[in-house]
Amino acid sequence: MTPTIEAAGLRKRFGKTVALDGLDLHAEPGQVLAVLGPNGAGKTTFVRMVATLLRPDAGELRVAGHDVRREPGAVRRVIGLAGQSAAVEPAMTGRENLYLVARLFGQDARSARASSARVLELLGLADVADRLARTYSGGMRRKLDLGASLVGAPRLLLLDEPTTGLDPRSRIELWDAIGALVAGGTDVLLTTQYLDEADHLASQIVIIDHGRVVAAGTPGELKGRAGRNVIEVHTRDRADLARAAAGLAALDHDRPQIEEATRRVRVSVEAGSDRLRDALGALDAAGVAVDDISLRPPTLDEVFLALTGQGIDQPAPAGQPAA
Amino acid sequence: MATVPVSVRRSAGLPASTLGIARRGLLKYLRTPQLVVLGTIQGALFLLIFRYVFGGAIGAGGLDYVDFLVPGFITTGILFSGMGAAAGIADDLQQGFVDRLRSLPIPRSAVLAGRALADTAVLVWGLLITAAIGFAVGFRIHGSAAGALAAFGLLVVFGFAFEWLFLSLGLVAGTPQAAQGLALLVFPLTFVSSAYVPVATMPGWLQGFAEHQPITVMVDAVRVLTQGPAAEVLLGHDAGWYVVRSLAWSAAILAVFVPLAVARYRRG
Repeated sequence: MTPTIEAAGLRKRFGKTVALDGLDLHAEPGQVLAVLGPNGAGKTTFVRMVATLLRPDAGELRVAGHDVRREPGAVRRVIGLAGQSAAVEPAMTGRENLYLVARLFGQDARSARASSARVLELLGLADVADRLARTYSGGMRRKLDLGASLVGAPRLLLLDEPTTGLDPRSRIELWDAIGALVAGGTDVLLTTQYLDEADHLASQIVIIDHGRVVAAGTPGELKGRAGRNVIEVHTRDRADLARAAAGLAALDHDRPQIEEATRRVRVSVEAGSDRLRDALGALDAAGVAVDDISLRPPTLDEVFLALTGQGIDQPAPAGQPAA
Repeated sequence: MATVPVSVRRSAGLPASTLGIARRGLLKYLRTPQLVVLGTIQGALFLLIFRYVFGGAIGAGGLDYVDFLVPGFITTGILFSGMGAAAGIADDLQQGFVDRLRSLPIPRSAVLAGRALADTAVLVWGLLITAAIGFAVGFRIHGSAAGALAAFGLLVVFGFAFEWLFLSLGLVAGTPQAAQGLALLVFPLTFVSSAYVPVATMPGWLQGFAEHQPITVMVDAVRVLTQGPAAEVLLGHDAGWYVVRSLAWSAAILAVFVPLAVARYRRG
C-alpha cells in the first residue's frame, strides 16, 4: 500500500533559523501518527509542508504517493487541515461554516448539507449549529475547526496542536471526537507538545527536536524506553530529603533524584498505583513528613532526558517563525 | 463516518469557489453592524463637514460647490472603504482562515477573486448611500441620465481595480494593524487631487502630482458625466477624454496589482 506520508531529508530555513534539518518520516495507512516535540522543534513547519502551504527547501515529501511540489492539487484533495488557531468565520453559523467548506470541496448543495449535518452531529455541535460561531466558546470553535477539516471526508487529517490552549474538559471532549474519527478509519497526523496526548491518540509517535527525528516508535515502546511514571514527593523538612530518597530507592531500580531548592524527591517507577502505596509505606517507615505526593506521567522534558541524555533547550524566543 | 457521497467531484471550479468565498465576505459585512453603521455615519459626517464647513470658502468655478464636491467625495470613498478591505484580508491571513482555504482543492485565484467581488459589492453599497446623502444636501445631476449611469458604471470599475491594490497591501502587511498603517497611503492620493478643491488652487509643485495621478482623472470623469457642459468648460476636456484615461488607469492598476496580489498569496 502507498504510505500516507513519506518524508526524506526535508529541510526548511527561515532566514537564519533552521526549522527542519533533514527530517525523515514514514507513516503507513491506518495509523495515527503523533509528532511530538517542544516549541520550535519544527512540528508546525512539517505540517504546513504536508498541507502544501510551505515548500521544502530540500528533500522529498510525498503525501498518499503525491509529491507536494509537483502535484499540490492532488495532495489537497486527500487532506483536511485543522490548525492552531480556529480558522472559522465568526460571522457565520457553525452549519454555514461547514457548508461553505463542503461546497469548496466540490460537493453539490445536497451532499454539502448532508455532510455538514453529519459532522455537526459527530462533534456534538448539533444543538448550536445555527448559532453564529462568534458566540461559541473556545472549545466549541476548535471543534468546529476540526469539523471544517472533516467535512470533505479527507483520507488524511492534519491536526496541528489541536488542544493547545484548551481547558481540560474541552481537551478531553476533543480527544473523544478525534478518537471517534480514528475508529472510522481516517488517517491522522497530529502534532503536540504533550506526551499524554500523543499516548492517548496515536499508534505511532515521532519525537522531533531542532528539525530532526530524535526517537520513533509506538507509545508502548517509547514509554518502555523513557516514559515511566514518576512519583514526586514534596517533604516538609529539607533535612528529610536524603532519608526520603533512601526510602524511595528501595521501590525500583531507578535512582531517586533530589531537588534541594524545591524540597522535592523524584523517582521513576513501573506503571501502577500500587507503587504509590509502596512509596507511602516506605516514607512512613523512614519517618519522613510528607507535604504532598503524586504519581504522574513523565513530562516531555523527562522523556527527552531519558531518550537523548539531555533536556530540552529553551524554547525559541517569541517572534521567531513558529515551528 | 467518513463515507464519501457519490456526487462529490473532490474539487470546486473557479466560479463556484469564487461565489462561495464572496458570499462569506458579504455575510461577514452584513452581520457585523458596526462595519455597516460606522462606515455610513463616518461618510455622512465628512460629507456634511466639507459641504457646510469648508464649502463656503472653496470656489469651484462655474459649478456649485456641492455639485463639484459630491463626485469627488463618492470617488474617494472607494479608497476609504478599501482601507477596510486591506485590513480584512490581513485579518484572514492572521486568523488562519487563508491557510484553511489554501489547503483546499480550489483554484488559488478563487480566494482573492471572491474577496474582491464581496468587497466591491460592499463598496457599491457605500457608493449608493453616499450618493443619497449627496442628493439630500443639494447635489443634482446636470448631465444626461445615460451619463449618470455611465458614471456609476465607471465607479464600480474603479472600485474593483483599487480593491486589488488594497488586497496586495493587506497581503504584504500581514496583520490588520499594519494594513491600516499602509493604507494611510490613500490620504495623499485623495487629498492631493481634484476631489475636494480645484487643482489650480494648489501650489505649482503639487499641481504636477495632482493633475497626473489617477484619482483626479477618475473624479473628473465622474464630474463631467454627471454635470455635463458646465464641468467640461471648467475642467477643459470632454467626457470621452476623461473616461478613456480613467479606464486606462484602472487597467494599469489591475495589470500591476492582480499579479502582485496573486503572487503574494501563492507565496504564503
